[in-house]
Order: sequence, then structure tokens, then C-alpha cells
Amino acid sequence: MNLLLEGLSAACLLAGSFLCITGGVGLLRLPDFFSRVHAAGVTETLAAPLLLSGLMLQMDWSLDLLKVLLILMFILATNPTASHAMAKAALHGGQGPKDETAKEDKASIS
Amino acid sequence: MRDLFAVAMMFGIYSLLTAALFMDLDAADVAFTEAAVGAGVTTILLLSSLRLTGRWERRPKHSPLLPLVVVGVTGAALIYGTLDIPSLGDPEAPAHQHVAPHYIENAPKEMGIPNIVTAVLASYRGFDTLGETLVIFTAGLGVFLLLGTNDGARPRPGQTAIGSQPVLRLVVKVLIPFILLYALYVQLHGEYGAGGGFQAGVIFATGMVLYDLVFGDGDARLVIPARWLPRLAAFGVLVYGSVGLYALLHGRPFLDYTVLAEDPVAGRHLGILLVELGIGICVFAVVLSIFYALSGRRRQL
Repeated sequence: MNLLLEGLSAACLLAGSFLCITGGVGLLRLPDFFSRVHAAGVTETLAAPLLLSGLMLQMDWSLDLLKVLLILMFILATNPTASHAMAKAALHGGQGPKDETAKEDKASIS
Repeated sequence: MRDLFAVAMMFGIYSLLTAALFMDLDAADVAFTEAAVGAGVTTILLLSSLRLTGRWERRPKHSPLLPLVVVGVTGAALIYGTLDIPSLGDPEAPAHQHVAPHYIENAPKEMGIPNIVTAVLASYRGFDTLGETLVIFTAGLGVFLLLGTNDGARPRPGQTAIGSQPVLRLVVKVLIPFILLYALYVQLHGEYGAGGGFQAGVIFATGMVLYDLVFGDGDARLVIPARWLPRLAAFGVLVYGSVGLYALLHGRPFLDYTVLAEDPVAGRHLGILLVELGIGICVFAVVLSIFYALSGRRRQL
């Protein structure tokens, strides 16, 4: 049982860390604002709960466990909302998505 | 960097990193304050004032050379000063020799509360904290005098600067009760865990600011009218001060909490609770009134 918990926890932590790194790479490498928000928002919304549940699996039953659970719920609610708000603010501010295919179409027509 | 929005964001990130640094040094209360005040409320207030002043910094007329020299010299002096600072965690450092051992040894049994930071802040250093609360109150007074509280304050329910945002509305509607509840928890649980009046007031004000931002310009004024705020701020200071005066009237030194109950430990405990409540009310009122004053004005350029 203990081994199982340890294994699950390690798997969660590793997956979470992997997602954090991919999110970071995406944030740096992707071409325009919206795909960057996508990279950061989507990966971190999954990565933070994975990391936290990995930590929770290592904890004893206590009030601290409940607190981490509350943080997890809070992140699950706020993180996608923040990404949504940022994307909407960018649209509102007149920054449309960069359309690579449209450019290629134009290039092929001309 | 001429984009002031980016500068405001940088300040927020800097505060958050500082909070992480404090947390790393095991100073949970300070980290909490830094995160709530520096990263949270200050960023909101900076953004609200940017809404009034405009986003781009004008090109300065004077040459940047003199400020650069001043900053360079000050920085060099500060770095020179660090050479004499005892290394981190050195038990021989003067800070660990003076009164700190007394606090650490006696706070739990003299105050009956486990959080030594709260004991030092609200009881051993009650005078200092009264001064801090007065400073915040004075800052609030300055805002009332300079910006006013009532003008331009017509509530426009449902109309926000950011347009209709169904997703934001739903999430904020769910979150606000928890934010306010958490503020009360921080306020009343400050003797046991990290937190206290300062943080609780700021968090409570943040909840109201969030409501105002998402649900409509001036909607928060329907919940807590602007004319209450100066009185609330003064009331907070009054609570703090009258605890001190109560002790004076009983022939004890100012802010001696032992007169509040039969048992000195219970008296100190009650005194800390009351004082923290005063701080919380004052901080809440001042932060919210700064936000009202900034958001109630029209842009003037």
C-alpha cells in the first residue's frame, strides 16, 4: 500500500514537472500571444493540480491535507479564468490571433 | 521602459518574488503581508491610477545621468553596508541577543497564544503597532483630502470598464464568499497561524475591489457606501486606542491588556484580539477608500 502511494505520488510529481517545463518552453517559443497563453494556461492548469495531488499523497490525514485540497480547488477555478481573461483582454485590446495560413494563402495567390 | 502597465506588472512580480524569499526565510507573516499588500492591492491601485493618467510615460526633460549616479552611489553604499552584517542565522548576531530570546521563551506562556509574531506585534510592541495603524489612517486622511470620497461616485450597476464577462462573473461570484470568509479566518485566527489585522483588512478590501471590477463600476458602493469609510477607518483606530485608554483608566500603563480580564493571560489574549480587530477595520477602510477615490474619478488628460 505504501509502495503504491509512493509510486502514484512520484508519477504525479513527475508528470506535473514535465508539464511545467513544456508550458515554459511553449511560453518562450510559440509565435503569438494566444498560443502562448494557451501553452501556459492549459499546461499549468493540469500541472499545478498534479503537483499538489502528488504532495497530498505523501501527507498524513490532517488539516494540512484539507488546506492543500482547498488550494487545488482554488487553482482549478482561477487558473483557467485568468487565462480566459487575458485572452479576452488581448482581443479587446485589438490584438487578433496571428493567422499563418492566411498569409500562406495570400503568398500562394500572389 | 515607457509602458507603465508593464512597470506595474513588474512591481507585482517583484513583490511576489520577495514574498517567496520571506517564506524561504520562514517569515510566514511578513511573506503573507508582502503577497497581500505588495502583489495584490498595490498592483490594483497602480492599475486604477493608470486608468486616470494614461499608459505611456512621457519622455523626461532632464538628463537621466544624475539619477543614475545617485542610484549607483546609494546601491554601492548599501552593498558596502552588507559587508558588516552578520551572516544569516548567526546566533551571535545582535538581533538575536537583545530582546528576541525573551520573546521566544516567554511569549507562549505570557500571552497564551502560539504565534510569537502576533504576540510581539500586538502586545510587546503595541505602541509601535498603534503608530503603524495611525500612519495608515493618516494615509487614508491624505487620500480623503486630496481626492475626495464622494464626487463622481454615481453607481452604474452592471456597467463595467471591461464589458460583459459571463465567465469572470460566474467564477468571481463563486469565489467572493470564500475570499471574505478567508479574510475573517485570517483576522480571527491570527494568534494561531500566520496573519492578523493587516492582512485580513487587505484581503477583505480585495474581495470588495474584485466585486466592483467585475460586477460594475461603483457596485461596491451600494454594499459599503463611500461615506462610511472615513468613519470606519477612524473607528478602527478608536478601538485600538480605547483598549489602551481602558488600561490607563484602571491605573495601569497604556495598552496594558491584563486589566481586560481576571486572568492576565486571558486579558492579553482578549487585548490582542481587540487590537487586531481595530487594525483590520482601519486597513480595510483605508484600502477600499483609496480604490473608491481612484475609480470614482473620470480620466483627466
